[in-house]
Amino acid sequence: MESKETTNTTKIKVRHFPLDENPPHHYANWQKGIKSWLTTKDHKRIGIMYLATITLVFLFAGTMAILIRLSLWNPANHIVAAKTYNILFTLHGTMMIFLFLVPGVPTTLGNFFIPMMIGAKDVAFPRLNLASYYIYLTGAIFTVWAIIHGGVDTGWTFYTPYSIQSTTHVLPMTIGIFIIGFSSILTGLNFIVTLHKLRAPGMSWGKLPLFCWGIYATSIIQVLATPVLAITLSLLIMERVLHVGIFNPALGGDPILYQHFFWFYSHPAVYIMIVPGFGIISELIGTFSKKRVFGYWFIAISSLAISFLGFLVWGHHMFVSGQSALASTVFSLITFLIGIPTGIKIFNWLATMYKGSIWLTTPMLYALSFIFLFTIGGITGIMLGALSVDVQLHATYYVVAHFHYVMFGGMLIAFIGGLHYWWPKMTGKMYSETMGKISWFFIFVGFNVTFFPQFILGAKGMPRRYYNYLPQFETLHRTSTVGSWILATGFLIMAGYLIYSLAKGEKAPSNPWGARTLEWMTASPPIHSNFNYIPVVTHEPYDFHRPVSEFQLGLVGSEENGHDGGNGATSPDGGTPVVADESQS
Amino acid sequence: MFNLGKYFLPPAKSTFAHNTDALFNFITNTGALLLLGIVVVMIYFVIKYRRRSDDDVTSLVDHNTTLEIVWTVIPLILVLVIFSWGFKGYYTLFTPPQDSYEINVTAQQWLWKFHYKNGKTTINKLYVPAGRDVKLIMTSKDVIHSLFIPDFRVKHDVLPDKYEELWFNAKKPGHANLFCTQYCGQGHSNMHADVIIESQKKFNAWLKKGANGSSGGNGKPQGMSQAAYGKQLYQKNGCSSCHSTDGSKGVGPSWKGIFGHKVTFKDGSSKTVDENYIRQSILNPGAKVVKGFNNVMPTFQGVLNSDQISAIIAYIKTLK
Repeated sequence: MESKETTNTTKIKVRHFPLDENPPHHYANWQKGIKSWLTTKDHKRIGIMYLATITLVFLFAGTMAILIRLSLWNPANHIVAAKTYNILFTLHGTMMIFLFLVPGVPTTLGNFFIPMMIGAKDVAFPRLNLASYYIYLTGAIFTVWAIIHGGVDTGWTFYTPYSIQSTTHVLPMTIGIFIIGFSSILTGLNFIVTLHKLRAPGMSWGKLPLFCWGIYATSIIQVLATPVLAITLSLLIMERVLHVGIFNPALGGDPILYQHFFWFYSHPAVYIMIVPGFGIISELIGTFSKKRVFGYWFIAISSLAISFLGFLVWGHHMFVSGQSALASTVFSLITFLIGIPTGIKIFNWLATMYKGSIWLTTPMLYALSFIFLFTIGGITGIMLGALSVDVQLHATYYVVAHFHYVMFGGMLIAFIGGLHYWWPKMTGKMYSETMGKISWFFIFVGFNVTFFPQFILGAKGMPRRYYNYLPQFETLHRTSTVGSWILATGFLIMAGYLIYSLAKGEKAPSNPWGARTLEWMTASPPIHSNFNYIPVVTHEPYDFHRPVSEFQLGLVGSEENGHDGGNGATSPDGGTPVVADESQS
Repeated sequence: MFNLGKYFLPPAKSTFAHNTDALFNFITNTGALLLLGIVVVMIYFVIKYRRRSDDDVTSLVDHNTTLEIVWTVIPLILVLVIFSWGFKGYYTLFTPPQDSYEINVTAQQWLWKFHYKNGKTTINKLYVPAGRDVKLIMTSKDVIHSLFIPDFRVKHDVLPDKYEELWFNAKKPGHANLFCTQYCGQGHSNMHADVIIESQKKFNAWLKKGANGSSGGNGKPQGMSQAAYGKQLYQKNGCSSCHSTDGSKGVGPSWKGIFGHKVTFKDGSSKTVDENYIRQSILNPGAKVVKGFNNVMPTFQGVLNSDQISAIIAYIKTLK
């Protein structure tokens, strides 16, 4: 896999390229106007466009969640009608999962930082990258159409035969998700090729930052699993439109078959959502402990192992569905095995902090919260994998709480941590640390107040997707609803100080956290071509014992030739090449 | 004793609830200890190794084989224990004892119907005898539902195209809640039934009070037993012209003693006759034809509804 410049026998000349802090022309302003954004092939601009889009989705789906919690204030519900309530939780689930969590980290932070972290000028297929965005947008338009025309009430799982019988807008919604799937496949494909072919000279697999490993494992799942979702949804559409009997028993179909198909994608999909989070946490813990990440290879390879094993556990969603008991047993066993590498990552991150130099910034607070919340999510996952106990907990609030601890407490918390970590690089502005910590406090406390009571509710027997509930559950439901308000307050504060930072924030230095990975070895915000030289990598990504300057080496003469990253994007005049000190060997 | 599980679980009202609860408690307690350990270590590190200056020099340690083996093997042993424990409970849960008292359940949007052997039918009220193994034989009229009795620690999906079974043994007279846990549309959360556990004596007395029970409205005469209704359907629908009930061979196999009996099919495979096989043979007779007979039977799809098929099965069961 190594490019030929880096084989042991070839010597290359490198020299130190000092940084140009806060250049007047950078990726966001070297071309102006809305058209330059909408037609851009720059991975960084596409990343920002995705970020803006999925923030809107998050805002919308989050509002649905607040309304759901509000509706559950009373046991006998009077705030919205039953059908509206069913539409609310379906939209919350569908939007959050297919439009926010799945594309979440890869399309935003991944798009922006993967090429920079490996010293490339762009992804392998920049035009395809832009196409992915528009495919995503097209899919999103279908779902918006479905929402405007009255929504969908099947739950995000679209279980048959209910989804065939339902008179709501199942069709446009599933077509939308079908289309978005292609965007996911193409993004995954793009990253796989990028990581294989565009690494800077000297960047062997062992010098790849762990965020890249996370995205690499995720991309493999995206490419392999998403087609199954497309097949499932096409079959569902065929059944609804053409009345071909596949899942509907009235037409001779088998409803359990649908569940197998659906979870064959949707279980790997939870790893699409969480594995990039593992990558972010590794970056944060390493940088803010100023220490080499403990068990680098374990963390890297276990992400790959999880992505393969993740294909073999889908049946643990179906222990009480009527699938064979033998199948359930095998699925339960593999589920436990996949828990081991995941658990060991937690120990690795803790061990990374040992004898480190821990800087408790906002991103680090999120990383530590991740460890806490994800451990709870993991333990309750073990609980749900245990066959006899799952019989009690399946389809109750216990599952809802577990899912939110791994998805919100895991993926979203990691995402927010990453967003704060890379915010100075993306925007060239610092955010307010004080406000960051205040908002973290609200989010952390709010999250636990919202979701912890749901574990108790579920174990006691409160089924999920219930519009009415028995009076005995009222106190716990009300606690959870109050939690959702604390949580929302945290997000509003965050929106406030991030917007303020964009407008009036302090200028960010190129490397505010003292990190050693390549994305920090260029200006904040970066110039259009990322680096004005070809970076050469000589050290591991978390080698904090070496000075930052040793991470800013480039090929001698490369500033004249431009970057032969092989991606065809034109090299603009992003900044003048720097006349440097003496070259090093 | 240190036990966090009790803050989570509802009262245990069935004989095997303690098994599920013991495992739940084990995972909760072990998990809580693990979490506590992680939090303590994390906070200790954050304080002890806090950044004092930007020039802090950190340790070079980035692996420790012994430590890594320990933290791989211990969790592995723990999860294998949990796996075996859960597996054992699960098999008990889904293996109904031989002489269980059978109740047929029909789920539909959005109510539960319970059919007792003597023909009594109740809606959203499940009467069960205490201290006796009870088996529910469940099917759905429309979409997928799921029958969940939290206090018994049992749950199983109820499917529209086949029968699913579930059993329990309620310890003492009392009440329990029964929920639908598979989302089934607008009235999903109203699909709630009361489980009324009576002593065997009271239960028998209740069962005899036929007048109290409502008919399911499926064409079955008030108070007639399932099996008697099945016999009536057997005669009315012309089954009797091909299937005898005395063991003599007709156009089709005799029903006498066929339930629970192993039969060999034309393709050489064999199967023990159960509810699902009979249902399949009524709705799709050509799927599995018994060796020595021809595929001449018409389908009864759309002729007999689920309740009527259940009644016929009940009748076949009496033909020993």
